[in-house]
Amino acid sequence: MSNALLSLDGVHTHIGQYHILQGVDLVVPRGELTVLLGRNGAGKTTTLRTIMGLWPPSKGTITFDGQSIGGRSTPDIARLGIGYVPESMGVFADLTVAENMRLAARLGPPDAARLDWIFGLFPALKRFWQLPAGLLSGGQKQMLSIARAIVEPKALILIDEPTKGIAPAIIEGMITAFKELKRDRTTILLVEQNFRFAASLGDSVAIMDDGRIVHRGSMKELAADSALQTRLLGLSLAAHQ
Amino acid sequence: MSSPVLETKGLTIRFGGHAAVDDVSCAFHAGSLTAIVGPNGAGKTTYFNLMSGQLPATSGSVHLDGEDVTRLSTAERAKRGIGRAFQITNLFPNLTVAENVRLAVQAKARAAASLWSRWDHHAEWINRAEHFLEEVNLQDKRDLAAAALPHGDKRKLEVALMMALEPHVYMFDEPTAGMSVDEVPVVLDLIKRLKAAGDKTILLVEHKMDVVRSLADRIVVLHNGQLVADGDPETVIASPIVQQAYLGSMPEADSAGEAVS
Repeated sequence: MSNALLSLDGVHTHIGQYHILQGVDLVVPRGELTVLLGRNGAGKTTTLRTIMGLWPPSKGTITFDGQSIGGRSTPDIARLGIGYVPESMGVFADLTVAENMRLAARLGPPDAARLDWIFGLFPALKRFWQLPAGLLSGGQKQMLSIARAIVEPKALILIDEPTKGIAPAIIEGMITAFKELKRDRTTILLVEQNFRFAASLGDSVAIMDDGRIVHRGSMKELAADSALQTRLLGLSLAAHQ
Repeated sequence: MSSPVLETKGLTIRFGGHAAVDDVSCAFHAGSLTAIVGPNGAGKTTYFNLMSGQLPATSGSVHLDGEDVTRLSTAERAKRGIGRAFQITNLFPNLTVAENVRLAVQAKARAAASLWSRWDHHAEWINRAEHFLEEVNLQDKRDLAAAALPHGDKRKLEVALMMALEPHVYMFDEPTAGMSVDEVPVVLDLIKRLKAAGDKTILLVEHKMDVVRSLADRIVVLHNGQLVADGDPETVIASPIVQQAYLGSMPEADSAGEAVS
């Protein structure tokens, strides 16, 4: 699988007494957008956190660009070119929006053209550039969290529910932006509940249940097959309107 | 029309020079569900914070059942019946799911009357807590630490806590954000049941327009802290300001919904 940028092979993760990941096998192809779906508690967020080294895998291997990263520290993993947008957003409330962005730009001051691209996507960040990030609204903090992950080119971005709390007009812009990232050969692993958003971007899809991957395939195939959706996701998405 | 349960008059808060909520006057009645929509940063959550008391108003007033509660603390307003679930969850992380709900049940019992003597009602509290856990379909997770719950379940637990306080005003801030598609109907059904009871006043901040359409009797639109539209859902959704400022070119706005077609 030379086409795989990231692969997880039989990964188990324990959090305290809880055995959350129970043998995750996942392949994230280079240059593609892979969507990770599944019900609450299936292990999607834990999978992203385990890849980032925020939870140590108790078993199994994680391979990124040919090297094993399981058990390495989070800063080491981030330095390999992996960006992460956590579910909790993790913005520094006392720092300004600009300072939050500067911290995320590891290679030097953010490139002006790239900042303009980000401001086009999330105009609020430009408006509040010099204000403490703690004053942003919930949705704007989410925008800042995404902006930090894309402030410079990354090989791989892990994104946990980017559309959560975001107004419809902004979501539309995000679809365009993620397509542009893909065109730049950025590989993306996306956890998302918004199926329309996921289906408009996803190349491949993996579905989790009870700490394992229970389905892998193309997004196009899943989006077209309501019987498959019902079987795998417990509900016909088309019917849920 | 009956007198409003909750009302704001000229409600304003400024952070420095910026008016996050700017002169908003609006009344909410029992038996109605009002959706509050608007772009990110429009002031929706701040408006909730001003009504529930998390933030002090710079000017204007908040009235609950005819009483001016503008100067009352969050706790005082909660005792008078304002219930609030948050966009960013607020739980006791190291207590179990059941313990979180039982604390809310006990708080309600203590606030209610001295009918409740101290420990004889422990079993009763546990039963009440169990009832609210079942309402949100979390009974199988009662013994997990709240911190160990996935995000969507934390949202459901927070709704259970609000219900356990038995308020007559319910404020939901994006209750289904981060919930998987099979879980969303549980929360929507619960809100529908509250609405069907007919005596609750329900406010909902929500970006998913399919959810808004299925629940709301009325939509209020905030933009740059100001109330810019207020009316029945079809009229408000069709209005130019909503189309341009909020929905962009997605008039059907199932952007955050789940339609595949």
